Amino acid sequence: MVIKVVKNFFKRIFSNMFREKRDIKLGFYGPPNAGKTSLANRICKDFTGEEIGTVSKIPHETRKVQFKEKVEIDYKGKKMLFKMIDTPGIATKIDYEDFLKFKVNKKDAKKRAKEATQGVIESIKWLDDMDIVVIVLDATENPYNQVNITIIGNLAARNIPVLVVGNKVDKKKADIKKIEAAFPEYDVIGISAKYGKNLEEFYESVFKLSKKI
Amino acid sequence: MVKKRGKKIGRIKGFSIQFMPYSEISRLNSSDRIKKILEIIFGGNILILQGRLKTDEETRLIEDTMAMVGHVKGFKGIELAVISGNGNSGFFGNMKMGFANILTGGDLGAVTIIGPATIVKEIKRNPKKIELMLNK
Repeated sequence: MVIKVVKNFFKRIFSNMFREKRDIKLGFYGPPNAGKTSLANRICKDFTGEEIGTVSKIPHETRKVQFKEKVEIDYKGKKMLFKMIDTPGIATKIDYEDFLKFKVNKKDAKKRAKEATQGVIESIKWLDDMDIVVIVLDATENPYNQVNITIIGNLAARNIPVLVVGNKVDKKKADIKKIEAAFPEYDVIGISAKYGKNLEEFYESVFKLSKKI
Repeated sequence: MVKKRGKKIGRIKGFSIQFMPYSEISRLNSSDRIKKILEIIFGGNILILQGRLKTDEETRLIEDTMAMVGHVKGFKGIELAVISGNGNSGFFGNMKMGFANILTGGDLGAVTIIGPATIVKEIKRNPKKIELMLNK
């Protein structure tokens, strides 16, 4: 842990010296089906015209880390270059039988479950390489989930700036105040990736966090 | 089996709850600590651990759990929750806890609950209470 902190400290010093020459690595983390890919897609589509990955109602649609490089976000005349990193949802349990409810056949469900477990491991391994992390939560779900707390705790220990996003605010059940109460030390922004709601505030916060790295 | 007015209202299959003081794992390295915890979980037990793991050990526990899904028969993962008592203790309270944690190795004011997903369906929590929902 101490070695990691020292390593990150020097990495940050050197990355600051050469900041202009490289993209800022912006990671999207969170539980499955919170809308990480939907948000990453919305940003990539707006600024590059291309999406980063496919979305689905079936959990664990993203089972491999996916990237989009050289995404230049233009916000109020300011421009910043990002490498978008969309990660598989982190969970502590994966049961292939859960996928059967979505009319996935048994063989595909087992394959999906196996890939999903590997995806979780890959997501965690990538934590060290992020410059900024956006934690995407489903605003209709209970935010007091140990996975969310553990991931945010890990990022804090690594001194990686974090922005918490409550997605799906277009839904009636959405409760941003509950997320704010759960993570009082962090900026929390309510958005709808599906309808592009409140993205201006999101970009402003990302730009603000970029100054901290 | 639970009976109410002569009627069966539900049956929970056998499981045991194991309490473990932090001293049981305090001298182990991270790998052995996680190995010990997972062995208890593989045995179909719900573990109530005094204290909590370090943040990097918690992620390591998730990683190792995922690595075991599909490799240990019937294992589908875990349900995990940490209840920490030092949330609103202020700066001096946190500093005091910090020293205590350095001396003891873990946040002894916390409690960690870990159960196999086949037995524990969900651990519902909010700031005021924690509920363990079991699979029937």
